[in-house]
Amino acid sequence: MPVSAFLVLAGVLFAIGAVGVLISRNIIVLFMCVELMLNSANLALIAFSRALHVVDGHAFVFLVLTVAAAEVAVGLAMVITIFRNRETINIDRISILKW
Amino acid sequence: MIDEAVASIDLNLIAPELTLLITACVILLFSFARSMQRGASAVGFAGLVVALVLSANQWGHQASGFFGMVTCDNYGAMFKIIFCVASLLALLLAVRYFSQRGLNRPEFYALLLISTLGMMVMANTSDLVVMFLGLEIMSVPLYVMAGYVRRSLESNEAGIKYFLMGAFASGFLLMGIAFVFGASGTTDLRRLVTDFNFIVSNFDLFLSLGGALVLIGFAFKVAAVPFHAWVPDVYQGAPTPVTAFFSVGPKAAGFAVLFRIFTFGFGDLEVLTNLFWILAVLTMTVGNVLALRQDNIKRMLAYSSIAHAGYVLVALAVGTQGAVSAAIFYLVAYMMFNTGAFAVLTMLETRAGSKSNFSELAGLAKANPYLSAVLALFMFALSGFPPTVGFFGKFYLFASAVNNGFIWLAIIGVMNSFLSVYYYLRVVKVSYFDSPEGAWTPVPFSTAIIVVLFVTAIGTLGLGFFPGELLKLSQTSLIAFL
Repeated sequence: MPVSAFLVLAGVLFAIGAVGVLISRNIIVLFMCVELMLNSANLALIAFSRALHVVDGHAFVFLVLTVAAAEVAVGLAMVITIFRNRETINIDRISILKW
Repeated sequence: MIDEAVASIDLNLIAPELTLLITACVILLFSFARSMQRGASAVGFAGLVVALVLSANQWGHQASGFFGMVTCDNYGAMFKIIFCVASLLALLLAVRYFSQRGLNRPEFYALLLISTLGMMVMANTSDLVVMFLGLEIMSVPLYVMAGYVRRSLESNEAGIKYFLMGAFASGFLLMGIAFVFGASGTTDLRRLVTDFNFIVSNFDLFLSLGGALVLIGFAFKVAAVPFHAWVPDVYQGAPTPVTAFFSVGPKAAGFAVLFRIFTFGFGDLEVLTNLFWILAVLTMTVGNVLALRQDNIKRMLAYSSIAHAGYVLVALAVGTQGAVSAAIFYLVAYMMFNTGAFAVLTMLETRAGSKSNFSELAGLAKANPYLSAVLALFMFALSGFPPTVGFFGKFYLFASAVNNGFIWLAIIGVMNSFLSVYYYLRVVKVSYFDSPEGAWTPVPFSTAIIVVLFVTAIGTLGLGFFPGELLKLSQTSLIAFL
């Protein structure tokens, strides 16, 4: 398969993720969209790495996965704090400060 | 190709980073102990001072190691010193602020140190992937620090908004890095520029797409318009010492990386100049205009920090070494007077129920003449009056723009500075001429905050009287800039 096929898939996933972040109202769904963006970048890295016959891209993917895991750990902890204080995780209702 | 010297694992190259990492781990490991719960701030302070000395020691050394992943140069050392000082000042502010609220726990200092470590990693490399890692090491503790006051709804909100925007931006950044990698087969800026001569010889779609996405990613971090929407909320909601750190540390780190990537790495792309021109003008203007009508001082300073990011972006549009050294000067100057302004706010917020609204300043000059005098000094510096360092910062930046033919950019910048005088001097006006509505609540005395005020005030005035030394220093930091 040509590398362009993988890139198109990565681009579509990235776009779905980015649009999702902008329109979704639930923080958990927002997280999933951000993960989708990061993983589409991973897909692009692997595709490029294979097309160029270098292994750097494969290694970077592991770094990115670790980073994403750390981010989600912090993010979910924050969602739990917010839910305890507010009983909602709807981003529209979390607006004491002007958005 | 990578030779042996480049591949070497030389721990001296990352000595300041290691110091911070070890100190942070020690604080976390012993956080169960009573003595650590009381002394974490002292341990953190000591760690930062050692890291500061080690960073200063790296001045003048030019080396690369860890298979090209770490690059030590004056530029990196200069920024590491900035990060350490910013972090020290924020730490001093945090001690009083948090202990008063019963939140003075060891983990805050560990987070502060790890975040500073991330900034150092960003400044200390010319590899895009390591920059990404550094950015994340910096950001993840910052998300927690923004939401540190768990019971405060404002702090919760600031934390989650910062987190969502930060994660969104890292998605763009990572995609950008993937495309740069795809276009060139490397993520090391030096190989991109020198070995392959890639950017000069190839103009290709992937590379420009990658560059644009990387720019978007970092524009979020330095709060350039139109990627600034999160800034006011996060700055207002986060605890004030953390806001003081936000507005200086991560911003300087973002610019450290932007300069490395876009004046060195992608420096030859013509289209970038126009892009940064538009970005700088938008950022300056929107920041200043929106700051005009804020009732909360923290929120006003948030918009002002956007405007100041715009002034630094002028240097990216100009793109010469002279402009970059002026920008480094400006970042140091901004660290001084902005942290100072936030130190005054922190001091005022040690009174119960303070929300940092403008009206709370009324009567300050009568009750605390010294405090209001320093506040006025910082406001004059922020708006760029001589003989404060704020004037010279702007002068060098706009002079470099004029010298390189960016006359309009300089004119728009100067107009913006005039506009900003209005809202900065409103602070001075309220604190000197308005009378308080009720009785004035006295401001408690705090040694740590006084130290910060002293250092920043000396810095603001001293560098204003002798700006040449700092300028020389920031020019030397660009020798063998990479």
